[in-house]
Amino acid sequence: MTPVRAICGWVSGWLPAASGVAPQVDGIFRELMIASIAVVVVLTVLTLCILVRFRHGSKASRAAVGIATWKIEALWITGTLVVFLLFFYQGARVFADMERIPPGLPEITVVGRQWMWDVRYADGRREFNVVHVQQDAPVRLVLSSEDVIHSFFVPAFRVKQDVVPGKIVSTWFDPTRTGTYSIFCAQYCGTAHAQMIGAVVVLSPRDYAAWVRRAAPALAGTAESRGRLIYLRYGCAECHEDPQGRRAPSLAGLYGTEVRPADAGIIRADEQYLHDAVLLAPKYRLPGYTRTMPTYSGIISPPDVTDLLAYLRSLRRPPAALSATP
Amino acid sequence: MTPSAVPEPARAAPSYLGGRTTVASWLGTSDHKRIALLYLFTITFFFMIGAAAAALMRWQLAVPTLDLVTSDTYNRLFTLHGVVMVWFFLIPSIPTVLGNFLLPLMIGARDVAFPKLNLASWYIFVCGGLLALYAIVVGGVDTGWTFYTPYSSTYSNGHVMLMAAGIFVAGFSSIATGLNFIVTVHKLRAPGLTWFRLPLLVWAIYATSIIMVLATPVLAITLLLMGLERVGGIGIFDPRIGGDPLLFQHLFWFYSHPAVYIMILPSMGVMSEIITTFSRKRIFGYPVMAFSILSIAGLGFLVWGHHMFVSSQSVYAGVVFSFLSFLVSVPSAIKVFNWIGTLYRGSITLATPLLYALGFLALFTIGGLTGIFLATLAVDVHLHDTYFVIAHFHFIMVGGGVMAYLGGIHYWWPKISGRMYPERWAAVAAVTIFVGFNLTFFPQYLLGYLGMPRRYMTYPAEFHTLNVVSSLGAVVLAVGYLLPLFYLPRSFFRGPRAGPNPWKATGLEWQTPSPPPPENFSETPVVTGPPYDYPPL
Repeated sequence: MTPVRAICGWVSGWLPAASGVAPQVDGIFRELMIASIAVVVVLTVLTLCILVRFRHGSKASRAAVGIATWKIEALWITGTLVVFLLFFYQGARVFADMERIPPGLPEITVVGRQWMWDVRYADGRREFNVVHVQQDAPVRLVLSSEDVIHSFFVPAFRVKQDVVPGKIVSTWFDPTRTGTYSIFCAQYCGTAHAQMIGAVVVLSPRDYAAWVRRAAPALAGTAESRGRLIYLRYGCAECHEDPQGRRAPSLAGLYGTEVRPADAGIIRADEQYLHDAVLLAPKYRLPGYTRTMPTYSGIISPPDVTDLLAYLRSLRRPPAALSATP
Repeated sequence: MTPSAVPEPARAAPSYLGGRTTVASWLGTSDHKRIALLYLFTITFFFMIGAAAAALMRWQLAVPTLDLVTSDTYNRLFTLHGVVMVWFFLIPSIPTVLGNFLLPLMIGARDVAFPKLNLASWYIFVCGGLLALYAIVVGGVDTGWTFYTPYSSTYSNGHVMLMAAGIFVAGFSSIATGLNFIVTVHKLRAPGLTWFRLPLLVWAIYATSIIMVLATPVLAITLLLMGLERVGGIGIFDPRIGGDPLLFQHLFWFYSHPAVYIMILPSMGVMSEIITTFSRKRIFGYPVMAFSILSIAGLGFLVWGHHMFVSSQSVYAGVVFSFLSFLVSVPSAIKVFNWIGTLYRGSITLATPLLYALGFLALFTIGGLTGIFLATLAVDVHLHDTYFVIAHFHFIMVGGGVMAYLGGIHYWWPKISGRMYPERWAAVAAVTIFVGFNLTFFPQYLLGYLGMPRRYMTYPAEFHTLNVVSSLGAVVLAVGYLLPLFYLPRSFFRGPRAGPNPWKATGLEWQTPSPPPPENFSETPVVTGPPYDYPPL
């Protein structure tokens, strides 16, 4: 067994399981490996035995098998189906856990562009191709792209999420081990696709605190305060803070509520909705308002949009405006 | 059952190879057998172009940061490899060469239903191929064979439109061939050849033809929309002008996943023919084998979303597509069991076609099992877009598809050429290909699990060892693929005469001289029994 152990150690040395979900994924992977190796070994041995035993001219009996063919077929079909469904269930269960982002996680904005990762923290720090996180402190990444589709892939975390232009997509991870882990762009994105490599640095709480002290904010203010400036710069307040509320609805407390745009049913005002409402306003006309909001697509850059969304999410509903739900 | 040399007939009967042999007579032929050979030459040519691109890529990847080619060239190489191998080799391979040659022979017909359309299909295919070649010669395309938007529609600076036009045109060849085969199977079966007496290769080609006719138009539409955006600036896929990038992926995979079955179903048919012949036994569970082909063809249309688990499509869609992907793999597994069941208590001769079939069995099983890994949602998140996927689909399409294609070429070579191939050389080639294939692609599973993404021309040093093994394997594989290019043409002229039925097989194609006369059968055969009706042992 020493060679097997050596190979296992060799492989896991290359690919540590450094996130909360990684051991779960590896568990299913290991079961799949064991089942597959068993199937391949059994079928290979069986086939080789058949080839030798029933070679042309051998004396082995060729009498018909005494069991009806349909019974054997039914056994094969049922057996295969049951095993497959077990794997389906396990994969879907863990996948649902991966996709269910725990509420209230600290956020890091990551913008993909040909060919770099632009990383912005809520307090104004900014890095390229490196993400610093604290051990055992799960974070949510808010991902967007400025050009083509990229994919944020950290093998050591078993995390991968395509970063699609025109969308705000989130993923999360719970870094359980300190160390430096590669980020690869997994979706082909052009000339320097293979150089779009970064790293997640997982620091112990003490090292992380030291790093926070050391790393100076590169951007003025927090994401929320920058978002407020963008909000003012593009004149959002002129309509959305209209005292009569006739030009446009108030945005205070909008995040997380249900809205009813014309022709679009009921939509939860999540990040994707806010994003689309800013960039593609005509898609969501609100009943009762005569003006159509201009579209800001191509005018506000994706990092500015994420800052703006951070500001919109921070707007708490003032007690007086309870009835002003759009 | 060792094939014995048959003495030269005193007066050679006129075969489809004889008669008029001018170039014009070949280029103007409507004989399905001659058209099959036209396709054989054409796709062998494309295979060599695609293989040359692969060789350059494996050379580049033998060292982590080699500068054999620039990154833009590398991106053009993998696009070329994918486009040429998928649309100009794998999709046409078994249907247009073996299908064209054998379908009328296997159902006792004189030709396909529309012989002139059949020739037109070849010309359309060649036009599409020339457009694609022209796109390569004038500078190439760097989008990958998947043409994902908005990269392809807005950002790429390659000759995307020319390449897409080539694929668009070649698609019509697929549609015409599919239509031709469907009508042929419906209308031209010999008396007594009921549906459940059809050889399984005919079932497989029939199911493949249905996929070609139904799925290929969607590809045409998708490429057209991409072209409208690229040339006309109409916002369909690029979000900056109001489009949705994921719409392209849905449309593309709605064609391209069924296309995987266009590539693998015919090889399953070839497998059934070879295994029954060389175990001298009826196929185990004929109805299940026929229905599994049809259910794979049907379910294959409902699993496209499993290419998009991490694309940000809805979680619920992911769960449904995962479930359907598990379902579609059941009939494939059943087919593997039934082939082994056919060998059991047979009378087995290890001739070269069976070697290829056994190679298929091993590689297709591994490829299928790793497909289960990828259908498992949580595991796919890690493996998606890594070398694990590359290894998986090469095991299916090359380990399965190409092994069966070569097995079929050898099995029917006596029928096509009238002569036997050299058994020893052929066996050496089959074993070389099997060993080379495993050396090339098995390490890629490990690379993928370790996280190496696909379409990387340089990579971190920890992936070096496995890439070296893979590149060395590619050398072995290349030797294996080159061998038949030497001994098959030689045997075409010099091989010993095969006679009508060297394998003593039961199919109708073996009941006419080798090579067959232009009209296939001197009198229409009448079928009175089930397929693979070998005498009890």
